[in-house]
Amino acid sequence: MAEATRAAAGPAPAAAPTPILDVDGVTLQYKTKEHLITATYRVGFQVYPSDRFVLLGPSGCGKSTLLKGVAGYMKPVEGEMRLKGRGISEPGPDRVMVFQEFDQLLPWKTVRQNITFALINGGRCATGAEADDIARQYIRKVKLDRFEDTYPHMLSGGMKQRVAIARGMAMEPDVLLMDEPFAALDALTRRQMQEELLQLWEDTHFTVLFVTHSIEEACIVGSRILVLSPHPGQVKAELNAHHLGHEDVGGEPFSALQKRIHDMLFADRILEEEAAPHA
Amino acid sequence: MSGAAASGGKGPDVYVRPEFVVETLGEAEIGDVERKLSGLERAWNVNGVRKATILIGLVVAWQVYTVALDVEPLMFPRFSTSAEALWLSLIDSDLLRKIWFSVSTLLIGYTTGLALSAALVLWASAQRIGADFLSTCTAMFNPLPAIALLPLAMLWFGLGTASIVFVTIHSVLWAVALSTHTGFQSVSETLRMIGQNYGLRNIRYVMKILIPAALPSILSGMKIGWAFSWRTLIGAELVFGASSGSGGLGWFIYENSQNLETAHVFAGLFTVILIGITVENVIFRNVELRTVYRWGMQR
Amino acid sequence: MPEHAPAVHLRDEYETTGLGDADTGDVARRLSPWERFSNLNSVRKLTILVSLVVVWELYTRFGGISEYLLPTFSDTGAALFTALWGEHLLYMIWNSVKILLAGYVIGIGIATVLTTLAVATRFGSDLLSTLTAMLNPLPAIALLPMAMLWFGLGADAIVFTLLHSVVWPVALNMHTGFMGVSETQRMVGRNYGLRGIRYVVKLLIPAAFPSILTGMKIGWAYAWRTLIAAELVFGGAVVDTEGTGEGGLGWFIFANQMDLQIPFVFAGLFTVILVGITVENVVFRNLELRTVGRWGMQTI
Repeated sequence: MAEATRAAAGPAPAAAPTPILDVDGVTLQYKTKEHLITATYRVGFQVYPSDRFVLLGPSGCGKSTLLKGVAGYMKPVEGEMRLKGRGISEPGPDRVMVFQEFDQLLPWKTVRQNITFALINGGRCATGAEADDIARQYIRKVKLDRFEDTYPHMLSGGMKQRVAIARGMAMEPDVLLMDEPFAALDALTRRQMQEELLQLWEDTHFTVLFVTHSIEEACIVGSRILVLSPHPGQVKAELNAHHLGHEDVGGEPFSALQKRIHDMLFADRILEEEAAPHA
Repeated sequence: MSGAAASGGKGPDVYVRPEFVVETLGEAEIGDVERKLSGLERAWNVNGVRKATILIGLVVAWQVYTVALDVEPLMFPRFSTSAEALWLSLIDSDLLRKIWFSVSTLLIGYTTGLALSAALVLWASAQRIGADFLSTCTAMFNPLPAIALLPLAMLWFGLGTASIVFVTIHSVLWAVALSTHTGFQSVSETLRMIGQNYGLRNIRYVMKILIPAALPSILSGMKIGWAFSWRTLIGAELVFGASSGSGGLGWFIYENSQNLETAHVFAGLFTVILIGITVENVIFRNVELRTVYRWGMQR
Repeated sequence: MPEHAPAVHLRDEYETTGLGDADTGDVARRLSPWERFSNLNSVRKLTILVSLVVVWELYTRFGGISEYLLPTFSDTGAALFTALWGEHLLYMIWNSVKILLAGYVIGIGIATVLTTLAVATRFGSDLLSTLTAMLNPLPAIALLPMAMLWFGLGADAIVFTLLHSVVWPVALNMHTGFMGVSETQRMVGRNYGLRGIRYVVKLLIPAAFPSILTGMKIGWAYAWRTLIAAELVFGGAVVDTEGTGEGGLGWFIFANQMDLQIPFVFAGLFTVILVGITVENVVFRNLELRTVGRWGMQTI
């Protein structure tokens, strides 16, 4: 509570650092067999070092597409994305992605090999021994020491996601991209994974760009929340949530923020319903 | 990790900046939110259109190559000559008769093979000794090319259709029995219990639960069986035509190649391809679309 | 029912104390040795195999069957032994396997190159699927007459036919496999910076391995059948041009049938079965266990 009031009252503690990721007026479009769809329209935001930056919005607001744009899988038709000042043109190991799907681990590699494969092919380690060391270290961090030599199909969903997170962190990317990483987990595991993620963040303060459609998850995990409107995604607001964590769930500031975001998104739905017959 | 915390000591570890809220634009100002692709783009997205273009391209390349380089027609005839040969042998009904000869032999062998394998699999799913018998026999006979039995078949059944039917049955039986049996065995315990729960027993249980649940395996077995029997049949006719004189398609190809009627050989090959495509991409494809794809058991 | 009574029949609660070991008899009993013995798959299958052999032997010995129609098992065994050590059956096996390996390996190589080119562009992909759709249903053996015309009578013609029997099923399955690699795994690979040939070798091939293996098994089956058929049909013409007995297995069967050496025909068939079983149940089986089975990509 005390922390919350301090953060709300206090202005920025230091002079503005340079943003690590700068997304500027980005419009993304993709084609299906029949249609050309605009996913986001002139979206802009800045991610600063050590941010836990959350992209939040209802399904169809283009938040996953936006993340894929940052990862370099899609080129914007308009606007620009810069990572540490360099334009993003293709996927690369400086932005490692953690996906929602469990099949993101390569099934023909053990847990440790999955991480060393990334380290060696991503160019972070030259030798296998070095990669092995780093892999072990991160496997210990996500508490999977006992499963080092297990193939992914023997792991539970939560364990697979932990390996994916360990892999992402081991690569030490400029920004770790997470695409609804906990969405396919059961409620208890999801909560545990959120806590673990925050603990890991406490260790090294890595920068993470996190996509979710759960307001609660955004408030817990995020330090800064970008709220997107649906179809096509446009920036609606950028809010602070660095003062909120698991222990605040159900508390006054937490509920207030949740309600504020909820109203923002809900207002949209009303507008949409009004517009529907006319459209 | 890149970037240190923005503040040292006890402050928040992130750079805290003011919040903001903006009004989003309406659809009208954005332009294309969702646009139908243009006619050309959509036509090009249709697989059939692109593949037909490629097919025409290949035919043109063949024709141009043979005409421009004046390739010896005995070695490699022009497309036009081959197409003409196909047309001519079709209208003088010699080829049609041979097609019918091959297809009817194949049908007899294939359906008999299917029936036999159904009987074997039924026995195998009813009794353990049946299952053991089936798996021993398939392990032994599946790797044995049916055509290798042709010399024996000719000894046993004489020079006639019976021998060819015998080897065709052999080529279908084991492939289908093997995959049907595997399919039955891998039907999930839950589905089996549901079936028993409904009071289905014996043949009704097999018909209403096991066969639909194992249909992906059964179909793939039938496809492999068809491929083997088609290959065996053509091979057998190539050998056999020589002995009996009244062959089917295989014989048509062999005879024409002996007479150096290369264009007719190509016409025969075309026919073999066409029948193959019809069976695989029309018959089996439609069965699959109506069953396993529609049921989402296979993608 | 009295008024105000609850709608259910109320009973006294109870709790059982002092549950001891059940004295109802066996809680868990080891099966008798006989029961356990007959639960072994190999034991039961061996029994079936032995009884088939016994039936065969008895039937041919006492059923008054002409030895030209069906020789006894013992004669067949003796013939197999003689052929293996007395005559050059081993050499003929090697002849067949050599040609098969040449065709198979080159065929897989060609299929890999074709598919790698195909996944790069949509045009390549369309071209490959058109070609496979057309040529896969064409039995390779039907091309043998043309191959003999183009390459003359010799091993080249057979290798060409074998190539045709391997390339299309392997390419078809490899292509389907590549196309079926999940979008997530593709993105993971590109995320590591894998491009071009490294992307194919390190990501697409292992991810599509179940399909590739299926293709290789089908390719092997077609090639084996084509080879035996080719040797059987044209064995004399193609391989044994100088009459040196240089044919393969198919030729061995054919020649012995012509000479009415029926036990030797059966010995040849046994050899074909043995080679087939070795390839399918030893080579491919082990390959599967070590790859897709271990990776949990396929239940074996």
